[in-house]
Amino acid sequence: MVIDLTEKQAFRERMIKALLFFCGMVSVLTTLGIVGILVFETWGFFQHVSFKQFFGDTQWTPLFTNQHFGIWALVSGTVLTSAVAIGTALPLGLLAAIYLSEFATKNFRLFVKPALEVLAGIPTVIYGYFALTFMTPFLQNFIPGLSGFNALGAGIVMGMMILPIIASLSEDAIYAVPPSLKEGAYALGANKLATIFKVVLPSSFSGIAAATILAISRAIGETMIVVIAAGQQPNFSFDPREAIQTMTAYIVQVSLGDTPTGTLAYQTIFAVGMTLFLFTLLLNLFAHHLRRRILKGHL
Amino acid sequence: MENESKNIFQSVKMRSENLKAWFGTHEVLHGITLSVPEKYVTAIIGPSGCGKSTFIRCLNRMHEVVPATKVLGSVYLDAIDIYKNSINPVNLRKKVGMVFQKPNPFPTMSIRDNVLAGLRLQGIKPYDAHATVEKALTQAALWDEVKDILNRPGLSLSGGQQQRLCIARTLALEPEVILMDEPCSALDPIATAKIEDLIQELKSKYTVVIVTHNMQQAARVSDVTAFFYLGELIEFDRTEKIFTTPKNRKTEEYVTGRFG
Ligand SMILES: Nc1ncnc2c1ncn2[C@@H]1O[C@H](COP(=O)(O)OP(=O)(O)OP(=O)(O)O)[C@@H](O)[C@H]1O
Ligand SMILES: [Mg+2]
Repeated sequence: MVIDLTEKQAFRERMIKALLFFCGMVSVLTTLGIVGILVFETWGFFQHVSFKQFFGDTQWTPLFTNQHFGIWALVSGTVLTSAVAIGTALPLGLLAAIYLSEFATKNFRLFVKPALEVLAGIPTVIYGYFALTFMTPFLQNFIPGLSGFNALGAGIVMGMMILPIIASLSEDAIYAVPPSLKEGAYALGANKLATIFKVVLPSSFSGIAAATILAISRAIGETMIVVIAAGQQPNFSFDPREAIQTMTAYIVQVSLGDTPTGTLAYQTIFAVGMTLFLFTLLLNLFAHHLRRRILKGHL
Repeated sequence: MENESKNIFQSVKMRSENLKAWFGTHEVLHGITLSVPEKYVTAIIGPSGCGKSTFIRCLNRMHEVVPATKVLGSVYLDAIDIYKNSINPVNLRKKVGMVFQKPNPFPTMSIRDNVLAGLRLQGIKPYDAHATVEKALTQAALWDEVKDILNRPGLSLSGGQQQRLCIARTLALEPEVILMDEPCSALDPIATAKIEDLIQELKSKYTVVIVTHNMQQAARVSDVTAFFYLGELIEFDRTEKIFTTPKNRKTEEYVTGRFG
């Protein structure tokens, strides 16, 4: 049975199509706009500051009279907090995922998975105050010389924030391992732990790696926790007991401060933003690549 | 009838006595008593859903891996009841290996590592890994095809080769009994013929129990055949008797293809 569209219906179809196309384009255009501004302002920045000053220095003091533009002082802060966060979240998240998929009862699993998502929904400003007013004083009991603002406390709390991402996505990956593989292992005289660690985890490696990368990119982009609890001190150091400043925290500092627009100090935030953008872009591309491999059935 | 086969073949390797099995509250085996003769091939045939898989999964205690299942009765390996409390199923499965319907090599492992997987999963370091790999693959009639590509992923092989790899993986543990649940149903006729030849070879050293839907296959490879129907053992005898002069009418109807 063939039904011809009337003139009016055909017009409506075209309108709806156009509307949907427009909606789709909004996000594309927004992204292009943001990248365009970043590139433009970063280009402006590098008219005044050389690559050598940017990449060859470890001091970052654009707001002082003696200006230094060594991005490594901020990159180290970002890498340090993210590393502490992943160091906290990966083992805990993985163990949680293993427990949920291999040991927990079905009901417990159905209860905990949404609870994890609630944890992921807590505003990060609350995590920030938690890090400042609870985690740091708590850690100071064990770690003498831990300053009031430090990378360690902020990183650990950031780890709690990204824990649900790792636990939930890894759990999905582990749960997706075909039962036939586990049965194969059991039939070869493997016990449950050997089956999990030698068959199930390796088989879900891509999914776990993708979850980890996603969590790292969340950690790198995380702002509130580090603004509140890690100090605002560009510091080329990998000692987590010290106060540091991350790239994101620096951008906040300048955006909220009284730095006049158009000045070189103001332009630095775009150069920093660009660096941050490239970091997360690379990670996302890598995660995307892993996901494609999973979908294609490669591990 | 099952006494008959016991008399024919001197030595009994495994024996189930009044074996019952459940999925939840659904009783799928209603008391199976059957003796598996040592170093012969025993075929299990019967229509879909009659409990063939469940039965052989009770022989290496794989049935209990599925949640909410239950087993009652006894299964003896030699003279030992494997459902005794003191028996660890993990150790039992080293002696009673299993090959599944769909080839399931470990996707993250090479051909070599797949063969060694059983040992490694048990935390055993093979004394001479290369010799173990060569021996198992040779017994599984796969060595000539893969000896130059041992480091390739197990999944890069054809379906029939993957199934022989899974057999090699089981043989590497030097089990006493090998259970096979429709090992050829996912394979083409040529691959099937190879596995059937292989089963003939295996019985010189191992006791084999094979579930099959394929009457010709049962007739070709097995020495004794058990016919299951609705969770009961209907008839158990020498294979040629089952296929030429069965005693039970149901058996006759099934092997002549009138139902199933
Ligand atoms: N995982 C399971 N959960 C619940 N019931 C099951 C499960 N597996 C099998 N059963 C039921 O147990 C009965 C016996 O199944 P089994 O797999 O042993 O039959 P089978 O003879 O091997 O059949 P087939 O020839 O189709 O493989 C069937 O009624 C089936 O529905
Ligand atoms: Mg079956």
